[in-house]
Order: sequence, then structure tokens, then C-alpha cells
Amino acid sequence: MDAPSATERRGDDGPAPVIATRGLTKRYRGGQLAVDGLDLTVPAGSVFGFLGPNGSGKTTTIRMLMGLIAPTSGTARVLGRPMPRATRAVLPQVGALIEGPALYGFLSGRDNLLRYDAADPTADPRTRRARVAAALDRVGLTAAAGKKARAYSLGMKQRLGLAAALLQPRRLLVLDEPTNGLDPQGMREIRSLVRELASDGTTVFLSSHLLDEIEQVCTHAAVMTRGRLVTQGSVADLAAGARGRLVVLTPDPGDAARVLKEQGVGDVGADGDRVTGEPPERDLAEVTAALVTAGVRVRGLTVERASLEDAFVALTGEGFDVAG
Amino acid sequence: MSRAEAPPAPAGRRPRALWTFGLLRSELVTTLRRWRTLALLGVLAAVPVLVGIAVKVETRGGSSSGPDGGGGPAFIAQITNNGLFLVFTALAATLPFFLPMAVGVVAGDAIAGEAGGGTLRYLLVAPAGRTRLLLTKYTTVMAFCLLATLVVAVSALAVGALLFPLGDLTTISGTRIGFADGLGRALLIALVVAASLVGVAALGLFVSTLTNSGIAAMATTVGLLITVQILDQIPQLHALRPYLFPHYWLSFADLMRDPVYWDDLVKNLGLQALYAAVFGSAAWARFTAKDISA
Ligand SMILES: Nc1ncnc2c1ncn2[C@@H]1O[C@H](COP(=O)(O)OP(=O)(O)OP(=O)(O)O)[C@@H](O)[C@H]1O
Ligand SMILES: [Mg+2]
Repeated sequence: MDAPSATERRGDDGPAPVIATRGLTKRYRGGQLAVDGLDLTVPAGSVFGFLGPNGSGKTTTIRMLMGLIAPTSGTARVLGRPMPRATRAVLPQVGALIEGPALYGFLSGRDNLLRYDAADPTADPRTRRARVAAALDRVGLTAAAGKKARAYSLGMKQRLGLAAALLQPRRLLVLDEPTNGLDPQGMREIRSLVRELASDGTTVFLSSHLLDEIEQVCTHAAVMTRGRLVTQGSVADLAAGARGRLVVLTPDPGDAARVLKEQGVGDVGADGDRVTGEPPERDLAEVTAALVTAGVRVRGLTVERASLEDAFVALTGEGFDVAG
Repeated sequence: MSRAEAPPAPAGRRPRALWTFGLLRSELVTTLRRWRTLALLGVLAAVPVLVGIAVKVETRGGSSSGPDGGGGPAFIAQITNNGLFLVFTALAATLPFFLPMAVGVVAGDAIAGEAGGGTLRYLLVAPAGRTRLLLTKYTTVMAFCLLATLVVAVSALAVGALLFPLGDLTTISGTRIGFADGLGRALLIALVVAASLVGVAALGLFVSTLTNSGIAAMATTVGLLITVQILDQIPQLHALRPYLFPHYWLSFADLMRDPVYWDDLVKNLGLQALYAAVFGSAAWARFTAKDISA
């Protein structure tokens, strides 16, 4: 799985990448190697999905990009400037949601946003109230704005965290699992929000476990396991990289499986009237003919396109256990 | 989620000198809106009330305490003659523990509480800037030192005026000074007491940069306060004692001498400045290099 060079190497005419890391490595004080030699390139204007199983180092990477933790080695550039050195210049143009929202429970939702906005020395206090109101409106929290954040539900907190990232027009949004805890309606709204922001030219960097979600909104994606980048590129390329499955629907699964094996189809398995296998090199028309000649009754024969989930599982392994 | 009209593209906004104080204002307001802060201030305000009522009840019972009052905090014997002395008594009673404990709680929680709640990472990506945030926290804790002291003093003055006569007063040296002069000295004493708390405040802020748990930082700071207070009572440690932050705390009484005896007052203020510089720098060194992983 070598990194696709299409996005890796940009032509001199292309816009500079919004995020570029070289050999980015983080070893925590306990000795845990959380991120290992990461070379990540996020093109400007992309909606970039950052995938990986639990504990693969996504949040650690995001913390390094935001200057919250120092890399053990390697470099990270965000909006063309080195991090963590240029935090003061870079971060006002970046909105971030990192590992869930964090709020002052004794303040109302609105007061939480007012405080976060006051923390930004480039934020104009004269427009503060208006910007806070607009951000609340954007995430659908206007009605609950006066409520103490302590009394917010998980999804409401998540929305408020998003609102904090939207207090200013941003060039980059970094969203670590933004739909965590949201209801289906909320998820759809986040998706349309992301699309809307992207169409305004904001680059969105989004980590998620929900693969169909990434597939729906992202133009690009990268996959991590155990702190290493396994692949990155456009979503279409990634899904195409994973091979599809040949599926035969038949009332004679036993015969069909035998014939398919004879025809050189690998990894054949039957499940009820569904027989599946790796698509063979040869023309599928010949496979069909062979099945019919052998007297197998065929209801349907297709190659199912690989989903991003198949690609993901192929890249990160099937295992459920978290790498230690 | 309705569609908000997109503001014009951000062309590298710049920080403005004045806007930078927005964080300080937010910090002061946020600190004061915490239930915990209000509870601490409430306790501090209650101390003079209790002392005042106790003295009043005691004297009404006829068993008027002797001329030099025996035990109890400084100046307590004079309260029945002049309510203004309740200010000095209340400050003397709260300075050894209540005041520094309140300051230790607020200072200990300053950074660690934000780290524990996760809000620290959002302040830093806002970006508050680590040095700016620490300076803001430092200033807020200092402001709290002053506020806490003033709460004690004002409450004592109100209770003293309510329960006892006010008027000219006698200094420790035996000279008489007018009420206005006495009031001025009370204010001066309050300022000196507030300044005496700067050492604990700096220590607490440093402890606060070491952990991600607000409770742990508060407990450590208050624990250190008690330990140092005990160490300061051990005569065998005489070589060390002049460097312990509470050592010259009660020197504020020297402001009630005529003429004022400055030696210990100056030593106290110098010691507090030293603590502020040493632990302030340590907090800065730690906080600016720290991994924010909570
Ligand atoms: N503060 C820390 N100290 C030590 N090790 C840590 C720390 N934070 C994370 N780790 C370790 O680093 C590795 C990567 O963690 P990270 O939080 O980056 O994963 P993630 O990809 O965000 O996982 P998830 O999908 O569950 O959010 C894990 O093995 C984790 O145990
Ligand atoms: Mg994570």
C-alpha cells in the first residue's frame, strides 16, 4: 500500500497544501509510540476524511497539528506555516473540535461561546455578540442558548462545540469525530454544513469512524493504523483500490461454487442462495456461460463495487481488538 | 441549522492591543460567576460577623475581657471601644488560614481546572496564547487576593460600625490618632494583607501547571500552605524560617505603630515579590513547554 503520488506530489502550479507533515512522530512519555513517521498532505479545498481504528493516533495527530503537544520528531505545517511555532498566526484561521466538546457547565451556551471568542485576540469585541448569535443559529441552538451548558445533552454539547469552531470565517476546520452523539437529523445537518463550508472554500479535515459518512462527504481520505499512515488519496481512488466481489444468486449454490472454482475464482463462499468470490481475470461472460452449461440456474450475477468500508477493513485488518 | 451569510474571507486578522484584554475581562467575570468563588467569599465575609457577635455577646455578659484581652487575635480587646479595630482583628484572624486557603483554591484551580475540564485545549486553539493565558490567570488570582481581603475588611467595617462605637483610636505605641487617619491605616493594612497573599498565589499557580486535576492542585496548594505554616512554628528551623512565605505575615500590625515600624513590612513585601518571581517563572517555563493532552 504505497501512498498515492497523485496527491502526495503536487505540481508547482497547484495551491499549497493546507496541512503537510513530514515524518511526524509522537512518543508519549510512557513510551507509547502513538504516531510514527506520518507524511500527510491535505490539499486546499478538500474535505479530507481521516480514518483509523480506535487508538490509531488520529487525535494525537490533530493535537500536534493544533500545537497542543510537541512532536517528538518531524515537522508539521498548517496553512503553510510551521506548527507549533506559528500558532498565533495560524490558529485564528482554524476552527477545531478536538476529542469532543469541552464546556463550562456553569455558563450558558451563549456565555461559553462569548468566552471562547474573547480568548482570540484577533476577534473584534464589537461584533462578538452578533457572531456568537450567528454561530448558535448555524448549529440550531438558538432556542437553547440561554440554558446552562451543564444541562445540555451530549448532542447539544457537540453542536455547541461546533459553534465554537464556527465563530469566525475559517480557512481550515479540524473536526475530530464531529457527529459523535448526534441524532440522525443532526448528522445530516452536519454533513450539509460541511458541504456548505467546503463550497465556500473552507478546507475540512474530519476524523470519523463512520465510513459511509466519510464516503458521503469527503473528497479525500487517509487511513491510519497503529500510528502509521497506510494510505491517502482521493476517496474514489481508495475505494477503487479495494477489489469488488463477484456475486452469483442461484438456487443451486453447491454446483455454482464448484463451477466457479473450476473457472479460477478464488475465495469462493456460499451463503444461502448467494455465492461470492474474488472476481476472476477472465471475461465474466465466459464464467456465466460455464455456469449455464453446467446446468446451474442463475438468477443474477454481478460484481459488487467495493465500499470504503471494505477498503478500510482490507487496510487495517479485520481484528476488533485495539492495538496496545 | 439555517444558513448564515458567509462573512468576507479572512485575510489574516491581526491581534489588537486592546482586544487582547477581552480575555482578562472574561476571566474575571468567569471566576466571579463560579459558585465556589462566591462560597469562599461568603465564608470570608462571615468571619468578621462571627467575631463581632462573639465580642458583643461576651461584653454584654458583663465579664468584660481584661484590658489586654488575654488570648485571641490581635486587637480583639479594643473592639468594644472602637469598631474599627474589628477590621484589624478580622484580618489577623483570617490571614493565617482562611485567606490563603481561599487564594490557594482559586490559584490551584486556575490552569489545572481548565485542563481537567478540557476547556484549556479550546482556549489554546482559540488561540489564547500560552503566555497570555498564564498572565491573565496570574492577574486574576492577584485580583482575587485583593478582592478577598477587601471582602473581609469591608464586612468587618460594616459589622464594627453596626455593633460598636467608632471614633479616635489608640495605636499600639499608645498615641492617639483621628478616625480618618485610622481608616486610612485600615485601608493600607488591607493592601498589605492582600500583598502578603501573592506568595501563595504564585505557588498555587505553579502547582496548577503541574497537573490536569483541579482538585489535586487545590489540595496540594492548601496542603503546602499548612505544611509551611507548621514549619514556620518550629524554632529549630530558624535558618529556614525567614524564607517561608508566611513568616512575616503578621507584620502588618506594625502599621498600627506610631511611627510605623517598616523593617518587617518591607521584608514581607520583598519575600512575596521573590515568591511571585520565582514561582511565576517556574509556572511560565512549565506551562509554555507542556503537552496539553487532556
Ligand atoms: N496522554 C497520553 N499519554 C500516553 N499515551 C497516550 C495519550 N493519549 C493517547 N495515548 C495513546 O496513543 C495512542 C493513540 O491515541 P489517539 O487518542 O491518538 O487515538 P485515536 O486514533 O484518536 O483513537 P479514537 O478513535 O479512539 O479516538 C493510543 O495507543 C493511546 O493509548
Ligand atoms: Mg480520538
